[in-house]
Amino acid sequence: MRQSVRVVVALQRRSLNEILRVPGGAVPGVLAPTIFLIGLSGVFGAAAQLEGFSGDFKSFIVPVGLLQGASFTGAATGVNLARDIEQGWFDRMLLAPVSRTTLLIGVVASAALRSLLPGIFLLAVGFSIGVDWPGVLELAIATVLVSGMAAAVACWATALALKFRTQQAAPLMQIGGFVAVLFTTAYAPAPLLSDWLRTLADLNPVTRVIEGIRQGFVGDVTWATTWRAFAAMIFLQVVLGLVALRGMRRADG
Amino acid sequence: MTRIVLALAQRALRNALRRPQYLAPLIIFPSLFLAVNTGGLERTTELPGFPDVRGFLDFQLSAAITQSLLIGGVQAGIAQALEIEGGFFDRLATSPIPRTAIVFGRVLATVPLALFQVAAFLVIGLAFGAHIEGGWAGVALVLLIGSVAGAGFAAIGVALALRARNASLVQGIFPIAFVVLFLSSAFFPRDLLSAPASWIAAYNPLSYIAEGMRNPIIASISSEAVLEGLAAAAGLLGVMVGISIAALRGRLREA
Repeated sequence: MRQSVRVVVALQRRSLNEILRVPGGAVPGVLAPTIFLIGLSGVFGAAAQLEGFSGDFKSFIVPVGLLQGASFTGAATGVNLARDIEQGWFDRMLLAPVSRTTLLIGVVASAALRSLLPGIFLLAVGFSIGVDWPGVLELAIATVLVSGMAAAVACWATALALKFRTQQAAPLMQIGGFVAVLFTTAYAPAPLLSDWLRTLADLNPVTRVIEGIRQGFVGDVTWATTWRAFAAMIFLQVVLGLVALRGMRRADG
Repeated sequence: MTRIVLALAQRALRNALRRPQYLAPLIIFPSLFLAVNTGGLERTTELPGFPDVRGFLDFQLSAAITQSLLIGGVQAGIAQALEIEGGFFDRLATSPIPRTAIVFGRVLATVPLALFQVAAFLVIGLAFGAHIEGGWAGVALVLLIGSVAGAGFAAIGVALALRARNASLVQGIFPIAFVVLFLSSAFFPRDLLSAPASWIAAYNPLSYIAEGMRNPIIASISSEAVLEGLAAAAGLLGVMVGISIAALRGRLREA
């Protein structure tokens, strides 16, 4: 157990080292969600005048930016793993006396940690342009949900990296999280969505996560919204984690 | 000169068509945004000040086309940068051809692609219930403005590639292209944008390009909107081809 924890920590440190050594590589993933927030609120801000919207559009859209950041970070983890596979570094990891589960947890935990970077940047910019302060508890809930979603997307991206074993699969890794976040109540409350999108958003577990993060930014925290958000996040982590673990075990060759 | 430009354009187009990973983002990303924007914000057409349109999809079509053409410009830049990285550019530079043909060939290759992109989004729009109020003349005008704008965006990509000489750096401008598009009236009426987007949109050529293509889709053709769109697209093309040629000369001097 202690050995596994050390491996997970080492993999996290390696992932953080990449940010320090190749900061240019992390910049698009950090900037893009904030650009998305500023762009969407500047363009669609008037939508908050519609009946059924509560709060201003900037605060409403913050969870979307936070989850976009988590999604980009999760996808980047898969792209980095694909690069490690191409360069042979991952084969050396497979030869190490470490269980596949520990390797997966290390890769995924590093995504969870790295997702805090775009999140902090986005919130700093968001608060400076007038996003409502949600409160400490609300922010803590949002942090756990954002990190958790980054881990879930990292599982998806890891499974794809292990399947295709090339960085050329990057668009597939990116588009999964991107679509999952947007086809929710991302832009408007459910009653204002068109019928087809409302049905899709209702089936999409990420909708629960977005609404869990949105508490505090818009409205108050409720137990019902919170537990549904955590249940949806854990469901995604378990399902996508099992898929990734299957890929990890098959990587034995 | 014309023969060489055509040959280089043909080569660039063939290479693009051979790589589906090159073509897929041109349609997939803007289609996803089109679907989400339309599904999530269709009720915004009820806002005071929103132009009279049959539906939000009609309004959003030109935004999706502009977005797709911008991605096409980034792709053209990446293709140019890959030729520099791979050494093909150096071979062209040492061959007995007018050097400007390198820029003109690449830019020309995007015209048929841009026509395909515009046509694809018009078909997608019609399939999901959009209307083109300007009829066939309107379709022709959207194709015309789209093809000129597509060539202009490709010239931006080429200029960047000649400066950066690195495909990943050119890829890095992708989010910036989005910022510039957000700071225009491509997605929402100019009167309903919040500051500072509303101020910048007034000077952003993308606003005029998107509005020029939007006009024949949502209303009977207005010569003012269409001519402004065409002028913005042609101006962008002229300026960016000039900058690309200057970048090419700088690159050749350094070589």
